[in-house]
Amino acid sequence: MLAYTLKRLFAGVITVWFIATATFIAMHQVPGDPLMNDKAVSAEIRANLEAKYGLDKPVTEQYFIFLGNMLSGDFGISFTQQNRRVNDIIRDHFPISAILGLLAIFFAATGGVLWGALTAIYRNRLPDIVIMFLVILGISVPSFVFAALGQLFLVNLNSLFGQSIIPVAGWGTIWHMLMPSMVLGLGTMALLTRLMRSSMLEVVNEDYIKTARAKGLSPTRIFFRHQLRNAILPVITVLGPQIAAITTGGFVVELVFAIPGLGRYFVQAVQQLDYTVIMGTTVFYGAFLVLMVIIVDILYGFIDPRVRLS
Amino acid sequence: MSLFEPTAAHFEPLARQEKTEQITRPSLSYWQDAWVRLKKNTRAIISLGIIVLLGLFTLIGPLLWSVNPALQNLNQVSQAPSWAKSAVVIAPYQRWNGIRLDNYTNPDQTFTSLPAPTGFSTADTPTTQRVRLAWDQVPGADGYNVYRNNRAPRDFNDLGLPLGSTYGDELSYEDRLSLEPREYYYSLVPTDGYDEYEVYSQLILTPALGLTPDEAVERELITDPHEVNIGDYLTIEFHPLGTDYLGRDMLARLMEGARVSLFIGIVAPFLFVLVGIIYGGFAGYFGGRVDGLLMRFAEFVVALPFLLFMILFKIAFGIGPGESGIMPMLLALVLLSWPSTARLVRGQVLQIREEGYIEAARLLGAKDHYLVLRHIIPNTMGVILVTLTFAVPAAIFTEAFLSFIGMGVAPPTPSWGSMCNEGVKTMLSHPHELIFPALLISITVLAFNLLGDGLTEALDSKMRSRD
Repeated sequence: MLAYTLKRLFAGVITVWFIATATFIAMHQVPGDPLMNDKAVSAEIRANLEAKYGLDKPVTEQYFIFLGNMLSGDFGISFTQQNRRVNDIIRDHFPISAILGLLAIFFAATGGVLWGALTAIYRNRLPDIVIMFLVILGISVPSFVFAALGQLFLVNLNSLFGQSIIPVAGWGTIWHMLMPSMVLGLGTMALLTRLMRSSMLEVVNEDYIKTARAKGLSPTRIFFRHQLRNAILPVITVLGPQIAAITTGGFVVELVFAIPGLGRYFVQAVQQLDYTVIMGTTVFYGAFLVLMVIIVDILYGFIDPRVRLS
Repeated sequence: MSLFEPTAAHFEPLARQEKTEQITRPSLSYWQDAWVRLKKNTRAIISLGIIVLLGLFTLIGPLLWSVNPALQNLNQVSQAPSWAKSAVVIAPYQRWNGIRLDNYTNPDQTFTSLPAPTGFSTADTPTTQRVRLAWDQVPGADGYNVYRNNRAPRDFNDLGLPLGSTYGDELSYEDRLSLEPREYYYSLVPTDGYDEYEVYSQLILTPALGLTPDEAVERELITDPHEVNIGDYLTIEFHPLGTDYLGRDMLARLMEGARVSLFIGIVAPFLFVLVGIIYGGFAGYFGGRVDGLLMRFAEFVVALPFLLFMILFKIAFGIGPGESGIMPMLLALVLLSWPSTARLVRGQVLQIREEGYIEAARLLGAKDHYLVLRHIIPNTMGVILVTLTFAVPAAIFTEAFLSFIGMGVAPPTPSWGSMCNEGVKTMLSHPHELIFPALLISITVLAFNLLGDGLTEALDSKMRSRD
């Protein structure tokens, strides 16, 4: 297990290096340059600025400086908010995105497993048909529409009671987090429900279930001990990539609900061509996602002993 | 016992007496068989029909509905969908003195309650120029408040927009506040000159769309104001799905936007699936070290955070002035999406390579290119088709998503995503601007998803042996 973990971590480090390199190359392809946004400056000032930011050096040297800074965990200073370090921006705003994402994953995973198991048990009966119809809806409607509908619902709810029961936008209390994280998790929940349903249907017909039933185990015990535990494995496998989808998918929800998360800052940085913020956020997100996938894979090894052995 | 002497007759072929084997079912190829099974799947066939209709909407639609999608009309901003094709010609606005009581005495006292006003009606035909309201006096009231709502009021606190108040002997009110040809709920509340009594009367009316001759000239419906008489009907611009915040026709824009959304949604998957087939086929066919190296690279690309790099690549490829930004988006999608297909194709090729029929073909002297073209590619086609079908909704989503956060196609070019982005800002007052593009995205994605489900079932050989 330790060897496997170390191997995965090493591969992860290389992946992060690849992400950093791809980011560097992409950013150097962007038309214009970081100093273009400033007011017209004379050639001398421009040369001084370039020297200050190291932009006068050859690209390969810039690349190694960039890598070195990344290694020491320094993402530089924002180009548009000159008194703010990228590290500070990430430290201030990433936790918000992370909480939002984790809550959404929690909603999606519990909901997906629950609904999926339910549909499999009630196969081709009313609950199955209703839930699967909602699932199809959840997969087909874009998240920003859900976000807008969610806000509309909150507005109507609040106006019905004549006071602000659940805040429509913003961030701060647990009530602020409720609607955005549900909206964010909805698509993933639909996906996981489908997955859980098909894997549950496969498990239900397995021989060991029949054996358990023949032995006279209670249906609840069969359900929790034998069906759910086995059916949940494929769901956990896709959880890693889905965390990636949810954390980056948070952009829209953060935008619609006015949540000061990192996604919103990334979009803003791209609009203002804030080079250091873009590069820092991308590499940071990339590293975070790689780590998440590794953690999920290792967890998988703990849950499913077959993986540990191979 | 004589020896058997064969004669020529013995060597005559025997005539077949009866059919030994009856072929009851027609022989079907893999694709014919899949089609037969797909046809049984009602949902998939309906989805296929919807996709065909969407294609017609995009390609034939603009020919039938030849309104310029870029034409702005600031006189008709955010019009709700309507089938109104004509407007009535009305006289230019003239001042109205209203209705006043001749002998009025101030009640000078506040009652605990008053009856609801009676005779609440219009003084003349209501048009979008003005609505003139009149009512009978409520004895004891020293004024009235007039409200207007877009929907039926729930209770006394939900009468809507307070339009104005009248005092004393005034028993009429003229509403000229941005009227539209739609249903309005007017409410009248008597007051003691300052405070309201908690009773109200209601009037539901729909003003007719009216244009003065001068306005008609301004909107280029006629050239000379004397051409028409008061009371004539004029044919006006017709917006079956309403207009957007710049007065552009929604239907025409949806058709134009469909081109962008469906172009990206269909061309990008085709391209990256093609790249994936070549890459994965290469890796799978050669195997060994080449395979390991190629697949390691594919894994790196998978690890890139998708949406961040979509945005990054899109700005990296840049858009020049006057361009729509479709090509950078297409390129970014292809660059980031090919690995999933490549992995799939590689797995398939690795599996098929070991199949018995490949070995048999090789024994019969089949060359590599024959094997690849005749056996390996056709046998992966089913899986690839399913991937393609599911890749289309994903690409449409990505485009919509990017356009929604303002990172998609550049503004004058409509796409369903950017139309949603514009529509969400006026969601509460003009919901049609969000509903139509969102509905189209959802229907398209739904259709492709259901078709993909149907194809998976139809092409799955495991399912075939089951029925």
